[in-house]
Amino acid sequence: MSSQISTTQVPSKPQIPKIKIGWFSFSCCEDNTIVMTEVMNDHWQEWKKLFDFRHARVLKSNNIMDSFDIAFIEGAMASPEHIEKLKDIRSRSKKLVAVGACAVVGMPAAQRNTFTEEQKASIDYLLTRFGALPDVKKVSDVVKVDVEIPGCPMDPKVFLEKVNALVKELRG
Amino acid sequence: MHRIDLRLDHITKVEGDASMDVTVNDGKVTDVKFAIVEYKRFFTEAMKGKNIAAIPAHLSRICGTCSNAHVMAAIAAAENALGIEVTPQTKLLRKLTMHGLVSRDHALHLYLFVMPDLFGKDAFLDFDDEDPIQHQLLHDGFDVKSAGNHLSQLVAGRSVHATFPVIGGFLKFPTPEGAAECVEEMKAVRPAVLRLIKIFMDAPLHLDRKTKYMALIPDDTFGYIGGKIVTDNGEVYEQKDFRSHLEHTVLPYSQASAYKYKGESYMVGALARINLAKDKLHPNTKESAAEALKLFPSTDIFHNNLAQAIEILHSIDESIEILTNTVFTPEPVIKVPMRAGTGMGVIEAPRGTLYHKVVMDENGIVLDGEVIVPTGQNQVNIERDVSAIVEPLIAEDESKEKIGMEIEKLIRAYDPCMSCGAHFLKVKWKGK
Repeated sequence: MSSQISTTQVPSKPQIPKIKIGWFSFSCCEDNTIVMTEVMNDHWQEWKKLFDFRHARVLKSNNIMDSFDIAFIEGAMASPEHIEKLKDIRSRSKKLVAVGACAVVGMPAAQRNTFTEEQKASIDYLLTRFGALPDVKKVSDVVKVDVEIPGCPMDPKVFLEKVNALVKELRG
Repeated sequence: MHRIDLRLDHITKVEGDASMDVTVNDGKVTDVKFAIVEYKRFFTEAMKGKNIAAIPAHLSRICGTCSNAHVMAAIAAAENALGIEVTPQTKLLRKLTMHGLVSRDHALHLYLFVMPDLFGKDAFLDFDDEDPIQHQLLHDGFDVKSAGNHLSQLVAGRSVHATFPVIGGFLKFPTPEGAAECVEEMKAVRPAVLRLIKIFMDAPLHLDRKTKYMALIPDDTFGYIGGKIVTDNGEVYEQKDFRSHLEHTVLPYSQASAYKYKGESYMVGALARINLAKDKLHPNTKESAAEALKLFPSTDIFHNNLAQAIEILHSIDESIEILTNTVFTPEPVIKVPMRAGTGMGVIEAPRGTLYHKVVMDENGIVLDGEVIVPTGQNQVNIERDVSAIVEPLIAEDESKEKIGMEIEKLIRAYDPCMSCGAHFLKVKWKGK
């Protein structure tokens, strides 16, 4: 049976632990998530060996919130809960990467920040009802950001360059 | 009274963030709330004051995965308001844009979101590379997605927030070399799509509940742009009636707190389209998917997944035909003087009928807008199906965990999009 331990086992090289990844979406259109899954088309075989997707709601159901080597943050912060969650992710992560325009500069998720007084008055009851922040914030307004990948959506080439650089750094 | 409260927070493997609350009293489901976890970003409010030319790119940002559907619907609404009639070549390029979107998006849903349920896996990437079937599916999934992605890049500039399609035409055109590459790639993945259809034909998930279906059906071939809105009741709405249909049927239905409109709920999406228009599918699709097509029309919501797989095949077959038989030549974008008016754009997004309405002044400045998304229209049906699936499980005394998993599978069958839904689902908000 394949599950039996062989007495003639060849000593294997010690396994290098996989890089623990968290992928989190806040207030945004999740376009970077889609781009990431498209980049995966060409890189899934190496990612399967290299990355442990511990928390990525788009990819899996059993998501684990412990510690991350790289946490990717997509989207802007629209509520006090978002702020708390982002701070929590930061505290668990060696590297934090802001991906896409909403995370990096806040827009367009933060477009209500630029509304006229009249427009603000017309949406105010919704903000109050759902406990939203008065102003939407970008990621670096709340926590330290190690790497930024701008774009709406992010550029797949830039994403790969930055990810590869981080992998190199983490692997020393 | 024996009461059970089921709550699913942050439903996984869907687009965007959703939750579900189900209340059961004495074995009967008394309340179902398919709710929103996302915060509004106020896209229709933010339309106001913008120039009409900026609206397709603006509304595209409602949703990453459906972005090119929003681009197409916004362009259609603007052209309707301005009275622009586009060239036959533009119509072909728009068909191809939709085929790129549908094949990429359905493949993401079927392989990455649904397939793990069929194999008892947590994630598609957990599939065992050593197992011949799972190894094949891993390659199939990423190859099919890739073919759709490359078609979108060729025709629309990119698969997310397309840059080539604009009001009045296209800014760039496929090269013969690019078209030939896409044709080769699509021919190469066709066997994978046939395997996909077989898997969803044989899938053990079923929930049969009679409902109504509605879709925009093009006049010529099976597709996603142009034509008439039809229902399986035999109702037909022509282009000139789209506005009154939106205002008198779709909007009241989508915003109703009661669970029905005109006495019945309805469903939009791949299942509705295949049920209503399978006869218009590409001849090669009809031939290769003949066995699967015998199952339609179907009232089994899990056949929505099978319908999606068949749509991928149709998109591939029609794209191969168009790209093989067309030489694209650069042509100028059609421009007309601005005028005040109201425009309606209706298209079939991957998840169903998408309505955009725009009101503009004589300078092309937007005064008002309306967007009605497929998931908003399917919300009532989703909630009714959840009731139907939960009650037998309660009667069998299944665990909350098991019931929760079954609810998630059902929700995934609809392929809801909460990034869109966050803005337009009726107000059963999660709140604080």
